[in-house]
Amino acid sequence: MPELRLTVNGGEHVLDAPVGASLAEVLREQLGLTGTKIACNEGHCGACTVQLDGVPVLSCITLAHAVEGAVTTIEGLREHPLIEAFIRADAVQCGFCTPGQVVSAAALVAAAPEPSAEQIRHAMAGNICRCGTYPKIEEAILHWRD
Amino acid sequence: MARLIRTEKEVEGNFEEVWLVVEEDPLQQWPAGPLDVVGRPAVRKDARERVRGEARYTADIQLPGMLHAAVLRSPHAHARVRSIDLAPALALPGVHGAVGPGEAPGLEREAGYVGAPVAAVAAETFGQARAALASIRIEWEQLEAVLDPEQAVERVAVHGEAERYERGDFDRAVAEADVVVDGTYRTQVVLHNSMETHQSVCEWVGDRLDVHTSTQYVWGVRNEVARELGLSPDRVRVACEYMGGGFGSKNSAGEYTFVAAVLARATGRPVRCALTRREENVAAGNRNATIQRLTAAARSDGTIVALGGEYVNALGWGGWSASTEGPLKMLYACDNVRTVRHTAKINTPPMKAFRAPGFVEGTFGLECLIDRLAAALDIDPLELRRKNYASSNDGTPFSSKNLRQCYERAEKHWERRHDVRARSDARWKRGVGMASQIWYGGGGPPSYAWTRVGSDGRLAVVTAMQDIGTGTRTAMAQIAAEEFGIALDRVEVMLGDTSRGPFATLSAGSSTTPSMGPAVRAAAADAKRQVLEIAAQRYDLEERVLDIRGGRIESADGNLSVAVEEFLDLLGNVQILGKGARGPNPTGMSVLTFGVHVVEAAVDVETGEVDVERVAAIHDVGRIVNPLGAESQVEGGVIQGIGHTLSEARLMDAETGRILTTTLDAYRMPTIADVPEIVCEFVDEPDQHLTSLGSKGLGEPPIVPIAAAIANAIRDATGADVHELPISREEMLRALREARERERISGIR
Repeated sequence: MPELRLTVNGGEHVLDAPVGASLAEVLREQLGLTGTKIACNEGHCGACTVQLDGVPVLSCITLAHAVEGAVTTIEGLREHPLIEAFIRADAVQCGFCTPGQVVSAAALVAAAPEPSAEQIRHAMAGNICRCGTYPKIEEAILHWRD
Repeated sequence: MARLIRTEKEVEGNFEEVWLVVEEDPLQQWPAGPLDVVGRPAVRKDARERVRGEARYTADIQLPGMLHAAVLRSPHAHARVRSIDLAPALALPGVHGAVGPGEAPGLEREAGYVGAPVAAVAAETFGQARAALASIRIEWEQLEAVLDPEQAVERVAVHGEAERYERGDFDRAVAEADVVVDGTYRTQVVLHNSMETHQSVCEWVGDRLDVHTSTQYVWGVRNEVARELGLSPDRVRVACEYMGGGFGSKNSAGEYTFVAAVLARATGRPVRCALTRREENVAAGNRNATIQRLTAAARSDGTIVALGGEYVNALGWGGWSASTEGPLKMLYACDNVRTVRHTAKINTPPMKAFRAPGFVEGTFGLECLIDRLAAALDIDPLELRRKNYASSNDGTPFSSKNLRQCYERAEKHWERRHDVRARSDARWKRGVGMASQIWYGGGGPPSYAWTRVGSDGRLAVVTAMQDIGTGTRTAMAQIAAEEFGIALDRVEVMLGDTSRGPFATLSAGSSTTPSMGPAVRAAAADAKRQVLEIAAQRYDLEERVLDIRGGRIESADGNLSVAVEEFLDLLGNVQILGKGARGPNPTGMSVLTFGVHVVEAAVDVETGEVDVERVAAIHDVGRIVNPLGAESQVEGGVIQGIGHTLSEARLMDAETGRILTTTLDAYRMPTIADVPEIVCEFVDEPDQHLTSLGSKGLGEPPIVPIAAAIANAIRDATGADVHELPISREEMLRALREARERERISGIR
């Protein structure tokens, strides 16, 4: 298996991974970073969202060997103020999509520290939540610094 | 004392006569309104680990040496396996085991739908297992498939006899009525599409089986697996600490659990069997389609004199037939009712319970028809609903019903319709619609909880229930904290594992809070009684003058006030163990939940686009334990319902029975951009006849009335009657054309 060099949450990793391995698989199975969820495995739902140099990407359809840049997963955002904001707002039901929501939201507030409801709805529309926590997610992001 | 009773047990609207041993629950209900902990908003006990991605779901379980299974599924809608050869698959690299029809429960020789599980392979990686499926040599004998539900009923391809119900004299009432309206309504197949797909990881430890599974019923899976595999139930441990959504589709074990268990036994390795998202869209259950031919008749003063419905539940190859006629029978006072429900057995994937099965579909038809009746009578729709208010369930009293208060609270939202309509322009027409909600949600016995108090004065609740994302841990902790008299953060709830607690019921049918809440309260009360018993001896006081309040043991005269943990410090390793059981439901009463939704919607009359702008959801489910979690449940139900109403439909090729919508791109669920303003209100009156808690369930009620309320808002905005879900642009444009035609004809007259 070819060598794979990855920077994840500030740490350097040298791994062996099959050519076709997705970033999500490598994070979950080789690095044990299971906070990144796989819900559809074909880029439709956003549960697997991670940041690549601060930009949200769908790790389930990203080839691990094609990654250039620093990967940030939910494990790297555990102290982000959005975590408390999500908890306070009850922006979590089953929670399976939630880490992906937080990762997308973190990229949004980095780019727009005071996002409008409109901006939130635009930036977060790629993260599906079947439980329907959307109103609470919007509230959490609107008040993320409170 | 334990008491043996013969009673009716209700799950998801299904009734069954059973013997039950129940324990009396001697606790008095708490007073209405917010208490110290119960009735006050609480953030989830398990929010932190879920939000931070630390919660370990079934999908995250990785065991040493674990293999991955892939399932071979039927490409035919109806066929029989003539011969099958697994040997070529077993010869491939990485493959360790394979099973065929009859070798694991759920794998069958006769495939009744495209996607029916037939065989499975376990390999080092999922990719290897899936690739190996292609080399299984299989010869099919194709059988005739029936895919059209009405054709199935004609040909008596049905599940069981038609369900018939009649009260009064329907025909005479219709003949004598001043106004009669009728219509045919159709609802589509919709999919649960939980974010975590159906899956299990099984591992044998000696002759014991560990099952990690994404389930709404750990205890039920334990019993089912034990029965099917011939094991003693206590040799099966089922765990599901965190669960990624179910909505009714994960109430039983499923073939994936058996495939994993059997292949784990055969290979001596742990095995994961997880459905892919595409399999989830085909073979993980669905809300079945319905056809409803409905009639409503009234006197000119607005008294509804007759309601009739002929229903077809297009069930698929398996599942159970939900009572689509339930709302029509129970929502209004009406002396003459006749219903018949056929259950078509067609070669499509099996139905599974989906959030208020039957009532979601039936309420759509009924409440649309009621608005048409209101129009025909020229009576305000809210007024018509109030006029025909049912004060009993055909003679059986309700344990509590506050629908009238819901209607009262709906008035201010209903009043907005004049302003909303005035915001219409040539292209976008705006209107307001409403629909009422009736559903079960009373829960029932048995269910048990244990409590444990140690020298640190903290209370642990231990029970084999599960939290499927509804906030159960939190609600149970609130109830225990309230009863025991300590702060919420001093209570832990341990659940999601059959090996560490007593039996608890399934998390479905809006039953978790009403079933488990009273058991948890009783268990906390038992622990408190024991603490006070010991305190009475320690301080030489009578037990009856002692109480625990705000985390302190206090005497009535105020002379004693000691922190619980300070007092219990004398215990060392001694523990106080409490237990509690769910008492019986009130006899001779109907336990039901009620509510009303008022929707503001806009319709683009050129393109048929429908936009839901505002939803006011008012519900009566007895005492609210956690107002924050309750609001989340309502919002979630409303949003899921908007999806069902406007965008979601499982499409199938009518010739072959193949499912066409197998991805989350094709099956369109709501996103954050689709969410309207949602206003939640609760009547929050404890049901005085229902347990020591007075709470009913809330998981399902909010999804029940939303489709009809949207359709009625569309009618208010445009005069168009929609008859089908989802209200696609085609359906909307059809209804608009029909309305214009109707107007033209009445203009000619």
